Amino acid sequence: MTLSALILIPFVGGLLCWQGERLGAGIPRWIALICMSLVLAIGINFWLAGDYSGVTATAGLNWQAEEQYPWIPILGVSIHFALDGLSLVMILLTGLLGVIAVGCSWKEISTNVGAFHMNLLWSLAGVLGVFLALDMMLFFFFWELMLIPVYFLISLWGRASENKQLRVQAATKFFIYTQVGGLIMLVGILALVLVNYKATQQLSFDYETLLGIHKLITPELQFILMLCFFIGFAVKLPIVPVHSWLPDAHAEAPTAGSVDLAGILLKTAGYGMLRFTLPFFPDASQEFANAAMLLGIFGIFYGAFLAFVQTDIKRLIAYTSISHMGFVLIGIYSGNLLTLQGLAIQMLAHGLCAGGLFVLAGQLHERLGTYDMRKMGGLWANYSYLPALLMFFAAALLGIPGTANFVGEFLILIGAFKVVPVLTIVATASLVLAGVYSLILIHRTLFGKSPTEGKGIDLSARELTLVVSLAVVLLVIGFYPQPLLNVSVEAMTFIQHTYAPVDVSNPLLTGPLPVGGSASPVVTP
Amino acid sequence: MNLLFLTFLFPAIGFLLLATLRARLAENIAAIIGVGSVGLSALTTIYVGVDFLNQVEQGGHYVQQLWTWMQVGNFNASFGLHLDGLSLTMLGVITGVGFFIHLFASWYMRGETGYERFFSYMNLFVASMVLLVLGDNLALLYLGWEGVGLCSYLLIGFYYFDRANGEAAIKAFTVTRVGDVFMAIGIFIIFQQLGTLNIREILELAPQKWAENDPLVIAAALMLLGGAVGKSAQLPLQTWLADAMAGPTPVSALIHAATMVTAGVYLIARTHGVFELAPDILLLVGVVGAITLLIAGFSALVQTDIKRVLAYSTMSQIGYMFLALGVSAWDAAIFHLMTHAFFKALLFLSAGAVIIACHHEQNIFKMGGLWKKIPFVYACFLIGGGALVAFPFLTVGFYSKDAILWQVYASGHTNLFWAGLVGALFTSIYTFRLIFIVFHGEEKTHAHHIDGISYWLPLGVLLVLSTFIGAWIHQPLEGVLPAFVTDASEEAKHHVELLAIGTGIIGLVLAAIFFWGERRPAKIIAQSAIGRLLSPVFRDGCGFDWLYDWLFVKPYLLVAKLNRHDVIAKIFGLIQPLVKMGNSAMSATETGRVRWYATSMALGAVLVLGAALYLQISFNQ
Repeated sequence: MTLSALILIPFVGGLLCWQGERLGAGIPRWIALICMSLVLAIGINFWLAGDYSGVTATAGLNWQAEEQYPWIPILGVSIHFALDGLSLVMILLTGLLGVIAVGCSWKEISTNVGAFHMNLLWSLAGVLGVFLALDMMLFFFFWELMLIPVYFLISLWGRASENKQLRVQAATKFFIYTQVGGLIMLVGILALVLVNYKATQQLSFDYETLLGIHKLITPELQFILMLCFFIGFAVKLPIVPVHSWLPDAHAEAPTAGSVDLAGILLKTAGYGMLRFTLPFFPDASQEFANAAMLLGIFGIFYGAFLAFVQTDIKRLIAYTSISHMGFVLIGIYSGNLLTLQGLAIQMLAHGLCAGGLFVLAGQLHERLGTYDMRKMGGLWANYSYLPALLMFFAAALLGIPGTANFVGEFLILIGAFKVVPVLTIVATASLVLAGVYSLILIHRTLFGKSPTEGKGIDLSARELTLVVSLAVVLLVIGFYPQPLLNVSVEAMTFIQHTYAPVDVSNPLLTGPLPVGGSASPVVTP
Repeated sequence: MNLLFLTFLFPAIGFLLLATLRARLAENIAAIIGVGSVGLSALTTIYVGVDFLNQVEQGGHYVQQLWTWMQVGNFNASFGLHLDGLSLTMLGVITGVGFFIHLFASWYMRGETGYERFFSYMNLFVASMVLLVLGDNLALLYLGWEGVGLCSYLLIGFYYFDRANGEAAIKAFTVTRVGDVFMAIGIFIIFQQLGTLNIREILELAPQKWAENDPLVIAAALMLLGGAVGKSAQLPLQTWLADAMAGPTPVSALIHAATMVTAGVYLIARTHGVFELAPDILLLVGVVGAITLLIAGFSALVQTDIKRVLAYSTMSQIGYMFLALGVSAWDAAIFHLMTHAFFKALLFLSAGAVIIACHHEQNIFKMGGLWKKIPFVYACFLIGGGALVAFPFLTVGFYSKDAILWQVYASGHTNLFWAGLVGALFTSIYTFRLIFIVFHGEEKTHAHHIDGISYWLPLGVLLVLSTFIGAWIHQPLEGVLPAFVTDASEEAKHHVELLAIGTGIIGLVLAAIFFWGERRPAKIIAQSAIGRLLSPVFRDGCGFDWLYDWLFVKPYLLVAKLNRHDVIAKIFGLIQPLVKMGNSAMSATETGRVRWYATSMALGAVLVLGAALYLQISFNQ
C-alpha cells in the first residue's frame, strides 16, 4: 500500500490544493508542503528500513517492496509498482526537490495558487509513478502524465514578460518535443509487447515478463526497438540534436518549474535508460554504445560552449544541464559497476545542484527583476549570503571535490577509462570548460561594480533554508557518499550483469587486483 | 598521534564559522577565529610531530583511517590520513608558516570590507592543503589539490569590484585546471593498471607491474608531471602566477609562494616510485625546471611591480626544486621547498609592509630610500633577499640551493648545472636591483610609520628562520625518499660551492653597477634597440600569454561566438515554418467551389484505381 500511497499523496493533495484555495491563498501552499514532506518521509523510511547492500552472486532482481493490482487483465496490463535501490534514490531526490519547489514558489506565485500547486503536485505524482511503475502501459501513462502539468506551469505561470506569447511558445515547444519522443517510445512499447506475444503466446506488459525478450528476437528487430526507446528517452534527457526545448522551457518557466524540470524530470530519462533500455536490449545497446557515447561527448562540449555565451542566467544553467547529461550517457553506455554507481550519484548531484542554482536565480530575479546577467554585477557588495551560496553552487557545478558532483563525475570517468580510454580523456578535458562556464557565471554576477548602491534585502529564513539544505546535502554526499552507493549497488549490479554478462575474470567484481585487462563490454574505439 | 585529524578539522571549522556567521562578526572575533584555528592546527602538528618522531622508527609511517569515502567493487578510496617524514615536513611548513602569515594578515587586512570573508577563504585553503599532503590515496590528494585551486581563485578575486581581478582569478583557475585534467588522467591510468589509488600500494606495486620505460608508466608519469607543472607554475603552464598577484599580499605569501605552488614538487616526490620507472620523464622534470628558472629570471629582471618581481622569483625557485627532483636529489628538493617557504613568505610579507607604508603603491620606481623610514622591513628584505640569492653562510637559502647545485653537478647533468648557475646569477641581479631601487636612492613617496605586534612578530620569526638557524631544522626524510648517491669527490663539492658564491657576488656587483643611484647603465641598455625590443617581451612573461591567447583563448571565443545562437536548435526550428507552409498549401485547396472538389475527387479516384491496377498487374507477374 505504501507504494501506491507515494503516488496518491501528491495526486490527492493536488486536488485538495485546487479546492483549498477557496479557504485562503495560504492553504494550497501548506497542503503541497505537507504532501511533499510526507513523500520524502516515506522515502527516508524505505531507506532506513530496507537492506540494499546484499550483492548476490546471481544478482537477480530484488524488490524491496512490490504491489500489484489488476487493471486491464484482457491486455495483460496491471498496476504494478515495485521499488529497489535505484528507484529509491530517485524518489528521495523527488521528495527533496518537491519540498524545495513548493518552498521557492511561496512568494513568487500569487495568482491561482491552488491550480498552480495542483499542477506542480500532479507532475511530481507522474514522476513518482515513472520511478515505480513496472508495467509498461502504466509506465507510459505516468510518462505522459507528468508532461501536461508542466506545460501549464510554463504557459500560465511562466516569466512575466511583456510578451506572453513567448512562454506559450516555449511550453508548446516543450510539449511537442516530448510528445513526439513519447509517441516513438509508445510504438516501441507496443511492438515489444506484440513481439513477445508472437513468441510466447502471452500478452503481457509486465517488466519482468518482457525482460527475456532479447533472447527471442532477431538482432535487427532488437536494434530497432532499442532505438525507439532510446529516442524517447533521448529527447527527455535531452541529448544534443534534440535539446533545444530545454533552454526555452527553463528560461520561461517559473522557478518551481525549472527546479522540477532540471532536478527531476530530466532524471526520468536517465532512469528509463537504466531500467528499460539496457536490460531489455542488452546486445543492441552494446552495439549502439559507441554511437551513444559519441553523442554524449559531443553534447558535453556543445552544451559547455553554449553555456559560456549566454546572457540569461537561467539559459546558462540550462545549457550546463545539457553538458552534464553527456556524462550521463557515457556513464550508462560504458556500463561497468563504477560508472553505473557514479551515475546514480551524478544524477542526484546534478538534480540538487541545478535545482539550487535555479532557486538562486529565482531569488535574484525577485530582487533585481531580471535574469539578464548584463544587468548584474558586484553582488558581493549588496548581499551577504546570496553571493556566497551562488559561489558554492557554481563550485559544485564545476565538480569541486567535496561536493556530490565530483563523486559522480570521478566514478564515471575512472570507470569509463577502463572501457573507452580515449573518449574518457576527451571527456576529462571538458572539465576545463566546466570551470570556465561556472566561473563566468560568477564573474558576470558577483564581480565588477554593483549597479545599485548599498545593501539589498538578504535572503529570508525561508529562502536560506531552501538553498542551504540543498548545499548541505550536496556536501554530505560529497564527503560520505557510501550510504547512497550502498543503496543503489544491488540494482546497478543487476543492470551491469544484464548489460555485460559477467566474466569470471572481471576484475571489477572479483579479483582484488585486476590484471590490467578491461571489463569491457565495448570495443575501444 | 591519533589527533592527526585535528590538523585539518580546526581550519575547516574556522572556515564554517566564518562562512556562516559572516558580517555579523566583529573584526577582532573574525581575526581570532581565523588566526586561532590555524594556530591550533599548528600546535596539533607540533604535538603529533613530536609523538611521531618518538614512536615511529625512521622511514616509518602512521595511518589514520577516518571513513570510507567511495567504495565500488574493488575501487576503494578511503578518507585516510597518512603521516610520514615527507608529509610531516609539509604539514609543518603549511601550518607553521601559514599561522604567521595569518597573523600578519590580521594586521594587513584590518579595515578592509570582507575581512571575515578573507579569513574564511584562508582557513579553507589551509584545510585543503593539509588534506593534500596527508591524503593516503590519490583521490583524497586530488580533493585537496582542487580545493586549494578553488581557494586560490577566490582569493585572487578577493577585490571583486575590479573585473580585472576576476579575470586574473579565472585565468589562474583555468590554467591550473588544465594541469588538473592531466593529473586526473594520470590517476585513471594508475588505477586501471594497478587497481588501487592508495599511494603506498602504488609505490609497492609499480615496480612489480611495470618494467622500466614501460609505455604506460611513461604516460602515467607524464600526466602527473602535467598536474605538477600546473600547480607549481612551471613551463608550459606558468602563465597564471604573475597575474595571481592581484590578490591581497598575504595571499601571495601563503598560496602563491610558500605552500600551494609547492604542491607539484610534493606530488612528484610523493609518487617518486612512478617517476623512477620512467627515467626520461624524470629528466624532463629537471629540464622543465631549468628552462623555467631561466625564463622567470629574465622576466623578473624587468618587472616594475614589487609583487611581480617576487612572483617571478618564486617561479624560478620552484624551478630549482624541479631541477633537484629531475636528478633524483629528493631530499635537496624538499629542503629547498622548506627554506623557500621561510624566506619567500618573509619577502612577500615585507613587500606587504612596504606597500602599506607607501599607501598601497606597488610600483618600485615610485618608491626609494625607504631604508631610513622602515629599517626593520629593510632588514627583513636584506635577509630574505640574501636567502633568495643564497648569500653564503648567513642565510638559509645558501644551504639549500648549494645542496641542489652540488647534487645536480654530481649527477653528471652538466647542462642542467650551468642552467642553475646562470639562474643564480639572474637571481642575484634582480634581487639586488629590487633592494637598491626600493630601499636606496632618493625618496619618492613619503612612507608612514607602521606598528603592531601582529606585524613585527611574524616578520621577526620568519626573519630568524631565514638565517642559518632555519637550516638547523632537520627534516625526517631518511627512509621516506631515496637517498642521493654519488661518487663525486669532496673537492669537487668545494669547487661548486665556490662557484656558487662567486656567481652571487658577480650578480651583486652587476646589480650595483646597473641599478645603484642614477641607474645610468640600465637606462642606456633599456633605451638601446635590443632593450626596447626585448624588455616588453620579458616583462610580459616571454610571450607565452600572447601565444596561448592566439592558440586557445581566441579560437575558444570564436567557436563560442559562432555558435552563439545554437545552430542545431535552429535546424529543428525549421520544422515549424515547414509545417506552416504545408498548412497553407493544403488550406489553399479548400476553395469552397464544388467544381474544384468534384475535379479533385475524380482525379483522386483515377489515381487510386490506377495504383490498385498497377499493383494487381505487378503481383500477378
